[in-house]
Amino acid sequence: MNEIVEGIRQAIQLIVSLNPEVLDITARSLYISLSATLVASLIAIPIGGFIHFKQFGGKRGLITIIQALYALPTVLVGLLVWLLLSRSGPFGFLQLLFTPTGMIIGQTVLIVPLMIGMTLIALSGVSQTKQDTVISLGATQLQTVITIVKEARFAILGGVILGFGRAISEVGAAMIIGGNIKGYTRVLTTAIALETSIGDLPLAIALGIILLLIALIVTALLFLVQER
Amino acid sequence: MNFGKKDVLKDVSFSIIKGEIFTFIGPSGSGKTTLLRLIDMLERPTSGKILIDGTNVTKLRDRAKIQVRRKMSMVFQKPSPLRGSVYANIAIGLQFRNVNADEISRRVSESLELVGLEGYEERKAITLSGGEMQRVAIARAITTKPDVLLLDEPTANLDPVATEKIEGMIGDLKKRFGITIILSTHDMVQGQRLADRIAVVIDGRIGQIGTSKQIFYQPMNRAVAHMVGVADILDGVVTENEAGLAAIDVNGVRIAAGSGVSPGTPVTIYMRPEDITFYEKDSIRSSARNKFTGRIIEVVPMGPMVRLKVDAGVKLTAVITQRSFEELGLALGKETELTFKASAIHVVERTDTD
Repeated sequence: MNEIVEGIRQAIQLIVSLNPEVLDITARSLYISLSATLVASLIAIPIGGFIHFKQFGGKRGLITIIQALYALPTVLVGLLVWLLLSRSGPFGFLQLLFTPTGMIIGQTVLIVPLMIGMTLIALSGVSQTKQDTVISLGATQLQTVITIVKEARFAILGGVILGFGRAISEVGAAMIIGGNIKGYTRVLTTAIALETSIGDLPLAIALGIILLLIALIVTALLFLVQER
Repeated sequence: MNFGKKDVLKDVSFSIIKGEIFTFIGPSGSGKTTLLRLIDMLERPTSGKILIDGTNVTKLRDRAKIQVRRKMSMVFQKPSPLRGSVYANIAIGLQFRNVNADEISRRVSESLELVGLEGYEERKAITLSGGEMQRVAIARAITTKPDVLLLDEPTANLDPVATEKIEGMIGDLKKRFGITIILSTHDMVQGQRLADRIAVVIDGRIGQIGTSKQIFYQPMNRAVAHMVGVADILDGVVTENEAGLAAIDVNGVRIAAGSGVSPGTPVTIYMRPEDITFYEKDSIRSSARNKFTGRIIEVVPMGPMVRLKVDAGVKLTAVITQRSFEELGLALGKETELTFKASAIHVVERTDTD
């Protein structure tokens, strides 16, 4: 017990003194996950919009598949992207394995299904009457899509925040694709896993506190957005 | 027109005159909303065609479709305010049409004035009451200066005061701008108040089209009669007819009606319950041709009115004021005298399909 209390005390010391390793790992986590969230938004929101507004056969089936992909284990995504990026894989020539960029790709793949789903829910939340109102006011197809997306903007933002939350808290893909290389691909989650396993409690706890804070901020933001 | 397995509209055919107020009345689910949606091109009919100003709009797509749709506006039953201010809500139709900002500003003020909501520009649309929001919806619809205005049960969710304001506005719009107004409502009386012509929609079919006088006093069949409150519907046979005055035998009771139908024809007669007048026994002085004695078999109070069922050889439903009811000393079981004019009866030849 003493060891743990001592560990917590040292952890707080590490944070307060702006320990360079802590800062490095935190900054990298945020950089990778925010980038992945941005890229995933640019992919998922238009796709979600397309699925919502267009009529086509097999729509039900597609949506079911997307929903099934929410629960994809992160290690599987990691494995899949690893296979694609490895030297013997189709994108091996890009040499992205064990790089932060590779990790961004991994996290993007992980959260895109979730964000498409959230976008669909957000758009479905706009009543059919409202959509009819916009159409009856003479909107072109593009104008209709933009107006409805604007109406659903807070719910879509909620999906983006949720996506970020998932990206920054996952371990499997970050570990497999990134390799947890100190000073290069080590992020909060992979660092905590490593430091705990070798028994370096203060660093693990410090990073854990930061990750917890980030999670709380994400929750708070979601709450705020849902109020609108 | 059908959605999947269900036929929502069948064999519908009619035309609407430019500049008139045309109302669809009918119970919920009868297909009125679908008709409006078809006209506004929100749905496409599974068969048949729709002509707007001579153009067949049924097969139009994209640009051409939007061009036509932009000449119309629709107000829905639930106003659906968009996010943002009242100004933003009203301006949006003009923004879609790329109208410049100054013009938009001018027109929005104009529209707000028309609906009696001056100064509401900056209010957040979702904070408005139902009546206010419905007026904003109307302002939103007329700002684009449509040729046709469609309103789907516009006052269904509103209190009587708000309803009256909006009805006044609708009449005003017709007078000021000559817009063709197409309205749907399940409120019979509203239809009567507002419309130039009415179409009664029952179960996906049009029962009758006509002026309110025709619909309310000369229903063509039972379904329409029930819908408009014509409660006295009796089957009989014409026994005599002299110079337009017919005698009709209903269950042995002789009823005089104004009609050209020849003797021997089976008919159905229709009469509004308000057209029956009551007298104290043995005191009738009126010139009405139909005088009967009957026993009151049912009394149903309806606010300031009372609905009675009287057995006078035939069962008749009548509606009189509460005051008259009391002054005449009427009561359940009492015998009384009643009359109605021959001109109050609408006679329709009976066919087997009625």
